[in-house]
Amino acid sequence: MADHRQVIIIGSGPAGLTAGLYTARANLKPLLVEGIEAGGQLMLTTMVENWPGYQDGIMGPDLMKEMRAQAERFGAEMVQGDVTALDLSQRPFRVTVSGKEYLADALILATGASAKWLDLGVDKKLSGRGVSTCATCDGFFFRGRPIAVVGGGDTAMEEAIYLSKLATAVTVIHRRDTLRASKVMQDKAASIANISFIWNTEVIDIKDVEKGEVTSLVLKNVKTGETSELAVDGLFIAIGHVPNTKLVAGKLLLDDNGYIVTHGGTRTSVPGVFAAGDVQDHIYRQAVTAAGSGCMAAIDAERFLSGLAHEVPQQVGASHA
Amino acid sequence: MASEKIKTFTDTDFDSSIKDGVVLVDFWAEWCAPCRRLAPTVDQLAEDYNGKLTVAKMNIDENPNTPTRFMIRGIPTLLLFKNGELKETIVGLAAKDDLVRVIDKHVA
Repeated sequence: MADHRQVIIIGSGPAGLTAGLYTARANLKPLLVEGIEAGGQLMLTTMVENWPGYQDGIMGPDLMKEMRAQAERFGAEMVQGDVTALDLSQRPFRVTVSGKEYLADALILATGASAKWLDLGVDKKLSGRGVSTCATCDGFFFRGRPIAVVGGGDTAMEEAIYLSKLATAVTVIHRRDTLRASKVMQDKAASIANISFIWNTEVIDIKDVEKGEVTSLVLKNVKTGETSELAVDGLFIAIGHVPNTKLVAGKLLLDDNGYIVTHGGTRTSVPGVFAAGDVQDHIYRQAVTAAGSGCMAAIDAERFLSGLAHEVPQQVGASHA
Repeated sequence: MASEKIKTFTDTDFDSSIKDGVVLVDFWAEWCAPCRRLAPTVDQLAEDYNGKLTVAKMNIDENPNTPTRFMIRGIPTLLLFKNGELKETIVGLAAKDDLVRVIDKHVA
């Protein structure tokens, strides 16, 4: 017999854990599938300065630890591993986690987003060989070496600032002539002596795949078409994110960029399936907005389930394992 | 809790430790969040393959030479050796099923 739950939450970033907190407090006994990247993107950050309530900031991994403990305290049950199969064609929904099957009357998807790669092919080949999407993970290997960061948003600035303490020189390569990053991050980066900027420029090739290490980047000025080469030992890519929606492709309505389309709060195209956090948000993408939408999804799911109870009471009776 | 079946390699004993059989080495560091996420999976592999595969960890802060020799530029990185020869390199977080597929190519 499959394990039958009222609510299953997939994802354990700020959206998933907040949904876990609220559904647990609503006595829905949620099961939360943490996923291989448990804790989400904040696990890869350092100081988070824009989480309300911490005037001096809080380390990303510490914040996630607190959120997880808080959700657990109210009875959210955590299960490790990834969802390997998902059947949304009928209720209860079927969720397979590392070979074990669960049934859910309502589902909250909070699978987040992952760092985007350059789409050059070579960048993936040189992953772990000098190309990285995580400065806090891999910056260590570039102590005393020159490196480059590609991107112009807050993440790119954060990576550049972090790496400036390790690398001899950090060159930020951006395809526009202005940064998208917040003013405070821009000013911080601009004030650091070993961070420099190359504007209106794209990375078109990374050398040297044959050697299995990064030796230089081939750059192209998007205004003049001129190409040049920049000698670096490492490249950190911070050009944005792609939503983690492989699991639901073809089962839920997605937009052109692969994000889950929501309406009326966090409702998706399938009744009983809700989405929260970066997997459905390409605009705000903040920890606090993800948490906020996780709360919304929990409330939406609770209302959905009480409607279900009203119409078909036997389903709720059967849902306590 | 780390599996008791997991060994700890150092720069000094590395070569002698990988020369026989199939050996999976997990390069990691305390400060590496993805390494912490991968750790339970590596633990499970050590339990599952019980004896058929040697599973070891190497702390890159304490052992700088071996990671440099294998040009490791990011962690977690898993290296799989068969009788001392490097057969597989797995960079970053990986699901257990994917690791099993790679390991099974080399474990009889």
